[in-house]
Amino acid sequence: MRKNIGAKTIAILAALIWAIPFVGIVMTALRPSQEVLYGWWKPPFHFSFKNLVGAWTHPTASLSVGLRNSVQVAIGATLLPTFVASLMAYGLGRLRFRGRGPLLMLIGLLLALPQQMIAWPLFREMYAMGLLNSLTGLVLAHSAWGLPWMVFFLRGYIETLPVELEEAARIDGAGRFKTFLYVIFPLMLPALASVMVLQFTWVWNDFFMALILIFDPNKMVITQQIPLLRGQYHVDWGLLSAGALITMSVPLLVFVFLQRYFVRGLIGGAVK
Amino acid sequence: MRSSPRAEARSGKEGKPRRGLPLLFVRIRRGEGLAAFGFLSLGLILIALFVIYPSVRTLWLSLFDKDGFAGISNFVELFRDREIVDFGRFLRREPPWGALLHNLVWIAVHLPFTVGLGLVLAVAFSKVKAWWVGLARGAIYLGIVTPLIVGGVIIRFLFEKHAGLVPQILGALGAGTPWSAGWTAYPETALLALIIGSIWLWTGFSMVLHSAGLSTIDRELYEAAQIDGASEWAQFRHITLPLLRPVTLVVAAMTFLWELKIFDIVYVATMGGPGGASNVLALEMYFSAFRELDPYRASAIATLITLFSLPVGYWFAKRRLGR
Repeated sequence: MRKNIGAKTIAILAALIWAIPFVGIVMTALRPSQEVLYGWWKPPFHFSFKNLVGAWTHPTASLSVGLRNSVQVAIGATLLPTFVASLMAYGLGRLRFRGRGPLLMLIGLLLALPQQMIAWPLFREMYAMGLLNSLTGLVLAHSAWGLPWMVFFLRGYIETLPVELEEAARIDGAGRFKTFLYVIFPLMLPALASVMVLQFTWVWNDFFMALILIFDPNKMVITQQIPLLRGQYHVDWGLLSAGALITMSVPLLVFVFLQRYFVRGLIGGAVK
Repeated sequence: MRSSPRAEARSGKEGKPRRGLPLLFVRIRRGEGLAAFGFLSLGLILIALFVIYPSVRTLWLSLFDKDGFAGISNFVELFRDREIVDFGRFLRREPPWGALLHNLVWIAVHLPFTVGLGLVLAVAFSKVKAWWVGLARGAIYLGIVTPLIVGGVIIRFLFEKHAGLVPQILGALGAGTPWSAGWTAYPETALLALIIGSIWLWTGFSMVLHSAGLSTIDRELYEAAQIDGASEWAQFRHITLPLLRPVTLVVAAMTFLWELKIFDIVYVATMGGPGGASNVLALEMYFSAFRELDPYRASAIATLITLFSLPVGYWFAKRRLGR
């Protein structure tokens, strides 16, 4: 039994240390600013909505606007590439054609590409296409950026499905696309859920891509507004904490309710 | 002798009848070829337009300056640039050391800590059965879903002079400046604050993967070891650790890639300051491109980050493709 006490101590200690910074942000967001100036852990404790309202209706970085934009971008940049990637994954997982190996390797290499590598030309390209400073442009950029890992993940999943079902459909006269749509696509749903949950979270959490493609305050996504809430000379921690809390609440809810798919997506391919 | 089986394989390949038409530089077998084109084209267009073309363009720009072709001189310049590498100050332990060295220090500290901590926590949690385990795991996993821009805010908050917990505790324990002051405001502590904060944010990732790896290990191995009288440590050393090795390698690879492109945390917490003491390559690339409007230097920095990433990416892709 002694070993379990050791493990328990480590687990409790780690959980506390890891939770404390989050507790601090929540406390600071939900208490009057003057109360937390010298530490959020000091009494007296009073509850206040002022910071949340302040961040939500901020004159130059209203989170209500950012949240709406983020929702649009995250949904668009999840649905579009999920569909495109499932098509690609089927093509790469089931069809045999020359150049398939090198193509897979290329897509695999793209997984390691840093966003900085595309930043400047992408900015110019979007400008040339009239898509700079538009949510559509951001959705397209995120969709293309997310495709490689989605394809990799879904291809791995398709290869675990039995071929017999497809062969039966083919014998019944269904073409490749019909087979995909009616046989494979429904079977892929659990994998698609993982892909969508992860892509949604990543797009929501992204800052860099939005930073280089969007600068109109009315089109900014929510992560872009966080640095703007800081203020020029002094940091209003109440306002900033409230902004942080609102911003992370969405991925947090996704994680809490869809944890199974989230974790499965993370470990997919890595642990096998 | 060694080349003969290879040559045979090659001639065997050549001997195969080549049917089909060349399409997109890819010789495609009739039938499946057209179908493949149909399934792949949409995605390939998106990737080519918004990922491949921009990367190739960045690589291309890195070889030019405003006067024309420059060869590798942009890269030579980078290594002479004190904003990128400053060995003299590094040896004297006086920050700033330059963005590249900051990234390398980040990796040297963050990589072993997150990988190791994640492993230890995964093992510890696997031994605990209690009602609060899910909640406790959740607290550590939170870092994975937290937007890094929010993570940066929290890190700054944690190390803030009056409002921050860490300097207050250290001050109460009798530590002097800068340890009891705002860490992000002093060159000696700014980078360290960010690195510690990023360990806090990323350990959950390492723990999730290690936990998943643990659950695939056969319990009977431990039972057999216990019957043989193996100690707890011996079981960890000779069963857990070797069987988790593939997972640990993947975690290390992904952590390495994450550290190389670190940006949001630094942007929001310190902007690379004070005086460049917490600057990193990705941030320097951003400043170069979008503040100084020097796409050539920015492209060289981006290419440098990619050159560090690609070997790991290649290893990773090969592994996942099962070759």
